[in-house]
Amino acid sequence: MIGQAIADGFLTGAIIALGAIGVSLSLQILRFANFSHSELLTWGAYIAVTFVSFATAGVSVGPLSFGWQLLAATAFAAAGTALLAILVDWLVFGPLRNRGANHLTLVFASFGAALILRNLVLLIWGPEARYYTNELQIAVEVFPDVRMLPDQIFVLALAFAIVLALHLFLRFSRLGMAMRAMAESPALARICGVEIGKVIRWTWILSGALAAMAGVFSGLTVQLRPEMGFNLLLPLFTAAILGGGGSLIGAVIGGLAVGLAENLSVLVIPAGYKAAVPFLLLLAVLFLRPQGLFGAAERS
Amino acid sequence: MIGLLSYLVFFAIIVLILGVATLGLNLQWGTTGLFNAGVVGFYAIGGYAFAILCAPPRPELMANFGLPWIVGIIGAMAASALAALIIGLLTIRLRGDYLAITTFGVAVSIQLVTLNWEALTGGSLGLTTIPRPAAGLFDSSLSANIFYLALTLGATALVYWGLESIIRSPWGRVLKAIREDETAAIALGKDARLFRLQSFVLGSTIIGFAGALYVSFIGFVSPFDFAPILTFQIWTMLIVGGSGNNKGALLGAFIVWGLWSASGTFISMALPAAYQTQGGAVQSILIGLVLVCTLLFRPRGLIGEQPTVSRHLAS
Repeated sequence: MIGQAIADGFLTGAIIALGAIGVSLSLQILRFANFSHSELLTWGAYIAVTFVSFATAGVSVGPLSFGWQLLAATAFAAAGTALLAILVDWLVFGPLRNRGANHLTLVFASFGAALILRNLVLLIWGPEARYYTNELQIAVEVFPDVRMLPDQIFVLALAFAIVLALHLFLRFSRLGMAMRAMAESPALARICGVEIGKVIRWTWILSGALAAMAGVFSGLTVQLRPEMGFNLLLPLFTAAILGGGGSLIGAVIGGLAVGLAENLSVLVIPAGYKAAVPFLLLLAVLFLRPQGLFGAAERS
Repeated sequence: MIGLLSYLVFFAIIVLILGVATLGLNLQWGTTGLFNAGVVGFYAIGGYAFAILCAPPRPELMANFGLPWIVGIIGAMAASALAALIIGLLTIRLRGDYLAITTFGVAVSIQLVTLNWEALTGGSLGLTTIPRPAAGLFDSSLSANIFYLALTLGATALVYWGLESIIRSPWGRVLKAIREDETAAIALGKDARLFRLQSFVLGSTIIGFAGALYVSFIGFVSPFDFAPILTFQIWTMLIVGGSGNNKGALLGAFIVWGLWSASGTFISMALPAAYQTQGGAVQSILIGLVLVCTLLFRPRGLIGEQPTVSRHLAS
């Protein structure tokens, strides 16, 4: 039982982590809580399902339920969602930022953007649940008493690879350094010649692409629904805050912690309350360690 | 003719009830600068507390007391106040967007409780046959609705008048001072955290009162009446009308609910039944567009906050 819950927790956690990186980037670099971030997950998942409906998910490769076409769809969705994120910034957040609006005004605007994005999905693709493939899969026993679908193992490995690549990018590339500088202090970064516009654009590109991947993986392991992203909003925020400012690794560990907590909680509380677990975790973090597990205390 | 009149009465009641909730939010955000993103949670607490206190007993439910209307209203306000006090004690020290995320989580959790604690809330079926005040006195539903309209009108006027006098009082001035510059307010010896907590609790009590008025009017309550979108609708009402201005809060409630209802009516007439869900999506998109466009093109709302000038300077 516990082993299975931990395995499921890692899977949910990996998906949440990919989404939480974007939330964390926007909290640090753009400096506002983006309530519309979760809708980028939904959009990514649905862009991929549209791609798949033209190309099909492909002949299944080995034990997986899909072929290379779904991977192509994921790449396509990542690009499309990154563009969408930039479009929303250009239309909504950018003008507000240029006006020097209070950062809470950006949060209100993200309420509105979230409503529009979520309901556009409902309008375009309809309310029914969708799937990438109708292939049935047989779970394999990875450890004694722990079963996972081949797709789930694939998702877990791919998520790990993406996080590793992103870590190297932020650590060693010039752009990654500029992004970290912006997170540290926008004024100082500007003085040092960091192009603010470029950093903001790349922040949206990364957040959008990662959100799309999280959306596709979530759709692959569960199903696609117009409210799939919205239901992940609280876990995403919890993971980002739990991880604290500064590091990418923080958001990832935050994501895994939320995923594990959700799945392990089912052993002790009724499953209907599972969705409240991130919230309890959030309250505990904000109360005990508001700077997050890995963040440095904010200077007052 | 009668049909139109009863629709207008119905519409006015809902606008007034949502207006009361918007007034409560205006105290929290417009006056004190507290970002409550869980409006629907407190609205639901008020609604459910009222239903549990006033609905007639049923054997399968643990509560349902069949108490008089006014007891239900007071109980609903007390329940929202208590919930806000507990949540406030935990969260009031958080900065803006963290408070927003936490209160958003509160609303999500409250909806889970209403869905899952079946013995208390009736689960997804909800609670039914919740009485309206003096319902036995009227023979037609129209006259009963007109009576309820008068009642909500009185309640709205009372809340409006109360908030106006409170905001002009020294207590209200401290709230505004905290909103504008918390450090300066603290330097003047004001316990900012205490004032913020008081404003949060009072605002949530008013929102809970609105929830009770709503449930008493509709006559039943279920978790689906308290969907997260209501929070965003009430926020849009406040921002469109003009936060910091109680008249703006009421005007915003009228405009946004008018837009929502008009677009809903139009869609249900124009679209075939198979596409009604998509029609609902258009309604929500409109609300989102109104919110974003207001922020972009008229950030202070239709009638924004009036500048405050000391009366010693004015005369």
